[in-house]
Amino acid sequence: MELIKLTIDNRAVEVEKGTTVFHAAKKLGIEIPTLCYMNLADLNIEHKPGGCRVCVVEVEGRRNLAPSCATECNEGMVVKTNSMRVLNSRRTVLELILSDHPFDCLICAKSGYCDLQNMAIKMGVRSIPYQGEKSTYKPDFSPAIIREMDKCIMCRRCETMCNDFQTVGVLSGINRGFEAVVAPAFERDLDHSECTYCGQCVAVCPTGALTEVDHTPQVIRALADPTKTVVVQTAPAVRAALGEEFGLEPGTLVTGKLAAALRRLGFDYVFDTDFAADLTIMEEGSELLDRLGRFLGGDKSVKLPMLTSCCPGWVNFFEYNFPDMLDVPSTARSPQQMFGSIAKSYFADKIAVDRKEMVVVSIMPCVAKKFEASREEFKVDGNPDVDFSISTRELAALIKGANIDFNTLPDEDFDKPLGESTGAGVIFGVTGGVIEAAVRTAYELHTKKTLEKVDFKQLRGLEGIRSASVDFDGVEIKIGIAHGLGNARKLLEDIKAGKSEFHAIEIMACPSGCIGGGGQPLHHGDSSILKARSKAIYTEDELKVLRKSHENPYIIKLYDEFLGKPMSEKAHHLLHTHYFARKLKHIDID
Amino acid sequence: MTSVKLKLKENDVKKIQEICKSFNNEPGELINVLHKTQEYFGYLPAEVQEEVAEGLGISVAKVYGVVTFYSFFTMLPKGRYPISVCTGTACYVRGAEKVLDEFKRILKVAVGETTPDGKYSITCLRCVGACGLAPVVMVGDKTYGRVTTDGVKDILKEYENE
Repeated sequence: MELIKLTIDNRAVEVEKGTTVFHAAKKLGIEIPTLCYMNLADLNIEHKPGGCRVCVVEVEGRRNLAPSCATECNEGMVVKTNSMRVLNSRRTVLELILSDHPFDCLICAKSGYCDLQNMAIKMGVRSIPYQGEKSTYKPDFSPAIIREMDKCIMCRRCETMCNDFQTVGVLSGINRGFEAVVAPAFERDLDHSECTYCGQCVAVCPTGALTEVDHTPQVIRALADPTKTVVVQTAPAVRAALGEEFGLEPGTLVTGKLAAALRRLGFDYVFDTDFAADLTIMEEGSELLDRLGRFLGGDKSVKLPMLTSCCPGWVNFFEYNFPDMLDVPSTARSPQQMFGSIAKSYFADKIAVDRKEMVVVSIMPCVAKKFEASREEFKVDGNPDVDFSISTRELAALIKGANIDFNTLPDEDFDKPLGESTGAGVIFGVTGGVIEAAVRTAYELHTKKTLEKVDFKQLRGLEGIRSASVDFDGVEIKIGIAHGLGNARKLLEDIKAGKSEFHAIEIMACPSGCIGGGGQPLHHGDSSILKARSKAIYTEDELKVLRKSHENPYIIKLYDEFLGKPMSEKAHHLLHTHYFARKLKHIDID
Repeated sequence: MTSVKLKLKENDVKKIQEICKSFNNEPGELINVLHKTQEYFGYLPAEVQEEVAEGLGISVAKVYGVVTFYSFFTMLPKGRYPISVCTGTACYVRGAEKVLDEFKRILKVAVGETTPDGKYSITCLRCVGACGLAPVVMVGDKTYGRVTTDGVKDILKEYENE
């Protein structure tokens, strides 16, 4: 390994060959500001287009200022990151960006979380001396994501996530010069593109150009309506991240405070999506055992591997990209939808409320869940099983708006019966968790033996594609795991080519799974935050007395009283779904 | 970018596939593939871009990004007789703009547009390397030098009965 010595701001530093000035400066504790650079190191995503020019530095002997994020260190280099010339240029660049940016910061959805706004504050910008043409684009309102490209600063992070990481390929830089913008092909709106609504573009957008659709006004209205029974469910990943919105350390578990906050917001029943995750395992695990049993018995018509189907971004992805493989994923609905379906049937009957008078709200780390909730197949006579899906960020806004001091809230429990869950339900929030939960149950159902150790550490981790095998009492079950749709695509291509050896595959669209979802508090490219959230989820699992879905007493009761057994006709009707080929061609659109 | 739709026939799709194949379906050959495809169709409507994307295994958005970046590519069909008026410096100072205005007046279309019968389209170009003949007009591959406003009618007359 070759080492290079250089000087930055009069201080010597030694770095590996190939290191950029940006990173060398970081080593000295010098944070060079940038608007476009993004580095999710553990996920192998580095985005350095050198486009925003905010990170420019002065390099002795070089005529022009150099973008530090895209300039490699050389032996003997002398760099200045804060000379008069650099500071003036940086300010001019920022002022020019601001001169083509709307001034509606007070009412912008990203206000307070905007990198551009923060930089203007940091540099003390008090006036914008440049006046000229301003970009005007029609805002694009899809069921989950809003694009307001007037606010785009062309950092192109979204393009990297959409193309390189997710391989969805909906967003691309188009046009040139002043007209340049990031848009779907033919400047269609997202609703008419193959967007999966994974929300990773939203998660990395430095400004308010990409945001989620805000459903909090509808939730507030429902809560204020005395004729409505408002039921809330909250996804596992939310409890591991919500605290960040209230200044708590990443990875702080706030399950108890979350339940308390929801109760104070006025929800009539505070339930847990983890309950529905346990239910998902009963259905999905049984389906896997059924497929496996028939396969091992020599039935050639059985489709293996079976793929998980709880991630709505992933479901959208395979409907668009693998329309000829719709029989591969499990038919089990996602926990969000299972919850809605059971809440508006079993539970509504129990409390004698008509489903039309019940409003089901879900708190999700996700923006694709908004789209999923709006799918026609999840409605009964036009009434959706889940009325509104809001993100972790939206929930934080609701709590703040309701004058609730989150950090001083007592720890409370979820209500029964749909609030009781096992550790298996909790780990749904992290990559590898769904399949681990499924294995815990499938193993015991298949072998009729009790698991000595419920932790399957071989299924955990952050690598994009992982494989492991689990011994089902003599039968080796091969399992694949992918997070990120680009990684999922690779596993899918293998299946298509007949090269896949797996019996079961878990797929989550977002980096690290739901904990890194598009609706979570912004991690600003810091992957240590994702690790902390992941740790929190596994901690919650360990703290649970019950850690296997089929041991959840309220799940057992639900089957006894209502569903019969897993995969029963009633279960099929309420808890399973089917998929649609949705390949788009221009000629069909307009 | 404004565009005109095109319903692709089986032959057209085959042609695009052939072009992609002649470049080994290599994503890095996108610009060359688009050149050849535009040569064949005269323009690059959305339907054609979708086939190119499929042929090279890249997203349509990426193809559209390249088509909108380079001014050479167009999503509007050119006329059978594409008229290009050079507005480079030499031609400009010798009256190219007046010549251009005369074409626009007679054909009743703006720069970048095509006459409704699909016969003529007007574009501007920058220097064909024949500044001694300024102002220069090209119709298809044919070059006309020292064009005057009066000469515009004569040029168009050549194509009247075609």
